[in-house]
Amino acid sequence: MIRLTRVQKAYPNGAMALRNVSFEVQKGEFVFLTGHSGAGKSTILKLLFAEQRPSSGEVRVANFGVHDMPQSDVPKLRRKLGVVFQDFRLLEDRTATENIAFALEATGARSDTIPARVMRVLTQVGLAAKARAYPRELSGGEQQRVAIARALVNDPVVLLADEPTGNLDERATRGVFQLLREINTAGTTVVMATHDLDLVRQTAYRTIEMRDGGIVFDSAADAAEEP
Amino acid sequence: MSLLLREALLSFRRTPALSVLSVVAIAFSLFTVGLFGLVALNLRQALRGVEERVEVVAFLFRGTAPEAVTLASQDIAQFPEVGDVTFVSEEQALAQARRELVEFKDAYRDLQVNPLPASLAIGLKEGFRDAAHVAAVAERVKGFAFVEDVRYGRDWVERLDQLRSTSTIVGLLIGAAFALVAIVIIGVTIRLTILQRAREIAVMRVVGASNWFVRGPFLLEGIVKGLLGGVLALVLSYVAYALFRGNGSGPLAGLVFFQPLHMLALLVFGVALGLLGSLVSVGRHLQDV
Repeated sequence: MIRLTRVQKAYPNGAMALRNVSFEVQKGEFVFLTGHSGAGKSTILKLLFAEQRPSSGEVRVANFGVHDMPQSDVPKLRRKLGVVFQDFRLLEDRTATENIAFALEATGARSDTIPARVMRVLTQVGLAAKARAYPRELSGGEQQRVAIARALVNDPVVLLADEPTGNLDERATRGVFQLLREINTAGTTVVMATHDLDLVRQTAYRTIEMRDGGIVFDSAADAAEEP
Repeated sequence: MSLLLREALLSFRRTPALSVLSVVAIAFSLFTVGLFGLVALNLRQALRGVEERVEVVAFLFRGTAPEAVTLASQDIAQFPEVGDVTFVSEEQALAQARRELVEFKDAYRDLQVNPLPASLAIGLKEGFRDAAHVAAVAERVKGFAFVEDVRYGRDWVERLDQLRSTSTIVGLLIGAAFALVAIVIIGVTIRLTILQRAREIAVMRVVGASNWFVRGPFLLEGIVKGLLGGVLALVLSYVAYALFRGNGSGPLAGLVFFQPLHMLALLVFGVALGLLGSLVSVGRHLQDV
């Protein structure tokens, strides 16, 4: 589903954001990317949804080669992905329903299918009752659920989450994390960047730890090396 | 399509002041172009009247045989530049002088001998009424043995030439300058809209909207602003025209306004400016957000 091969990423000022990063994620996996801020977690996510291109090496996501795809193919890749951010990135002047519908409209979905699809994901994230609420009327956890619903509405094969619980209190964090686990159980590959180690320790999911742009620990690799 | 329109119109609703400002700015740019167009149109109208009077007059030696003159007239009429050739006899010349030069009426009446020579008045076809063609015709006519002298008001034919080319150049320069101003203004307002909508654009991008889907509303916004600016400019031009013309009895009563085709051209020009301004702005700034 995802394969990075000897990926390097240099910033314009010459600093290295990623050094020789290689790993593979299978379909249906749940993977934590951990490490301090600046370790390269976000850069990897940005490569995965083609927000950035690698300086060298190969990045393959859902049969797309991010390292050499034309710019015009980027939207096609993104329609197969769902992306969730720490700051939710909801449109303040639109209701929860409108925020989710916007993602469908923007990708040219048939308008008569939109209401049903929006309601389905809102129900899935447990916010059917707040369909008409504006983001400012929702708690942080609820806003992140709307953002997750928006990411899910196009039936992505991979869900990328960049510190999705970074702005949430403990209770909301548990709720959002539980939701991501359910989405994974339903078959969607999930890659979640986080520095919340408590969350990581709660589960037995694969963990890739980053430091200074390189991978310093990969629980899957360690498990494989054991006799 | 409905989404495209909705998103484009949303920016008008969200930033009414900015949108009105940009439409007014475009309108004033186009208004200036329109005003100049009106001046050029009326100047050309006036020049056409003057141009029709561009003619070469060949004065004939006294006693030239009428047959020779008739033959020569037919010959000259065959010149590609020549529209018509009129023979003015000595008597006709005198009658004309008495009629037109009222100040000398008495002097001409008491004459014993007619001092005026017969002449050929040679009118030129439209498109040949400039200094070079007039001079060429004059030169060839001078070649006839019975032609004593050729006059064609060299000075004012040349001045007419200058006026024509000057007005064209000035028109193009002013038009281009204001078109540029309009493009910049549209570009700036579209840029503000883009910055203001950076969040939406980012969301559209992340969910996989195509580039043209992201650009569409901004381009449509530019087109709509250009069109509205064009309409407003036409209204302003008409107001200016009506003010200058007065109540239809003053010295400028003969002023003309645009033909429908001219108005359409101004609107199309406005739309083109709007589209160009937004294309430039979208191309330059959409990558940044």
